[in-house]
Amino acid sequence: MTEATRIRAPLSGDEVRKLKAGDRVLISGAIYTARDAAHKRLVEALEAGKPLPFDIDGQIIYYVGPCPAKPGQALGSCGPTTSGRMDPYAPALIAKGLRGMIGKGSRQPAVVEAMKKHGAIYFVAVGGAGALAAKTVKKSDLVAYEDLGPEAIRRLEVVDFPAVVCIDTEGNDLYETGKSRYAVS
Amino acid sequence: MRELDVSQVTQAVEEMCVAACYDLPDDVLKAMEKARDVEESEVGRELLDICVENAKVAARERVPICQDTGVTVVFLELGQDLHLVGGDLYEAVAEGVRRGYTTGYLRKSVVADPLFTRKNTGDNTPPIIYTDIVPGERLKIMVVPKGTGSENMSALKMLTPAAGPQGVKKFVVEVVDKAGSNPCPPVIVGVGVGGMMDRAAVMAKKALLRKVGEPHPEPEVAKLERETLKEINDLGIGPQGLGGRVTALAVHIETAPTHIGALPVAVNLQCHAARHAERVL
Repeated sequence: MTEATRIRAPLSGDEVRKLKAGDRVLISGAIYTARDAAHKRLVEALEAGKPLPFDIDGQIIYYVGPCPAKPGQALGSCGPTTSGRMDPYAPALIAKGLRGMIGKGSRQPAVVEAMKKHGAIYFVAVGGAGALAAKTVKKSDLVAYEDLGPEAIRRLEVVDFPAVVCIDTEGNDLYETGKSRYAVS
Repeated sequence: MRELDVSQVTQAVEEMCVAACYDLPDDVLKAMEKARDVEESEVGRELLDICVENAKVAARERVPICQDTGVTVVFLELGQDLHLVGGDLYEAVAEGVRRGYTTGYLRKSVVADPLFTRKNTGDNTPPIIYTDIVPGERLKIMVVPKGTGSENMSALKMLTPAAGPQGVKKFVVEVVDKAGSNPCPPVIVGVGVGGMMDRAAVMAKKALLRKVGEPHPEPEVAKLERETLKEINDLGIGPQGLGGRVTALAVHIETAPTHIGALPVAVNLQCHAARHAERVL
């Protein structure tokens, strides 16, 4: 793998188009957590013509439902959840300016098409390595939907959160190339 | 007749929920380290190193290995000569879960109603409890915090007897292939064959509790486990699905008598964070 590129969230359009599937990144800055229930509400808000609880333009959403913080932690264990469950909602958010998603697992073609059209990146983090991920979170603030508990939207300040570009703005998919390289026919 | 106060069950379950989420069992850790030695992909080796390091950090710092601390599945083996006193056994187990998920800072991941409100119960109850009545006067408790990344990729199929062992192998490999990167590979593959659909599913889940890679005692089943594992690892999915030689750490198959016209097969996938705890009271 290549040396990691340091990137800062929120992201600019030029920045994301330079990132290619397989690139390693270290993400710093502010990212937003959201998973199933929060996505449902975000898209319902868009459909009702209501404002989103945060300005989504250029942002990265991290698909995660963290553990509660222990004393001394900003946030508890917080590895990625399976991204596919957010596929029904992701295209609408990408169209509104969402520029990055962090998760794990494959995406549906409709999501990849939206990413190509609007210029968005799909990053993957290591599933099941939540204790290490928590060490990169320096601050966590509740943004919306507190009643959803672990599914509430939080704004995280992260430093050098490690991830890999899995699907780039041209639609190249690291899962496909990785698997075909090691498959025994 | 031996008596056991259910408050001891509550205490044990509380401690086991926390321990299971913080401490990856030794056999799983060893299997991950062994996978690292055989993995051909450089990226794959690095990912396996990260997972092992993560498990060690979690144990040392007393934090959850993974944020998905799951639905709490509890297997009880209750000795028929044991007299439980002091309250309701299942409520005692639920109270242990409630306390463990609070004192251990574990994520509460249960919604009360699957279809409409999907409101979080707030304390990770109710657990899913299976009870076997066995000889003796002891209570064996097994706690399995089961995450949904791998659970969602599980599947069940009612094969016909003509499909035989080859049909079972083909279905299991298909399930793992379709799951791809989603269940956080390398996975442990629990397979239940026989019974009826419900029995097959429970066997598949219980198969995940076997020590990783320990073969089935019957040579024919053990051979089917080996062959299925090889085909899975030829898929190329690899650690985290980014390509590699190790897609599964083990295939554990359990079998049970079934109907003359049936061959049910259930596949329950388990991510590499294969957490569980066991205690006998």
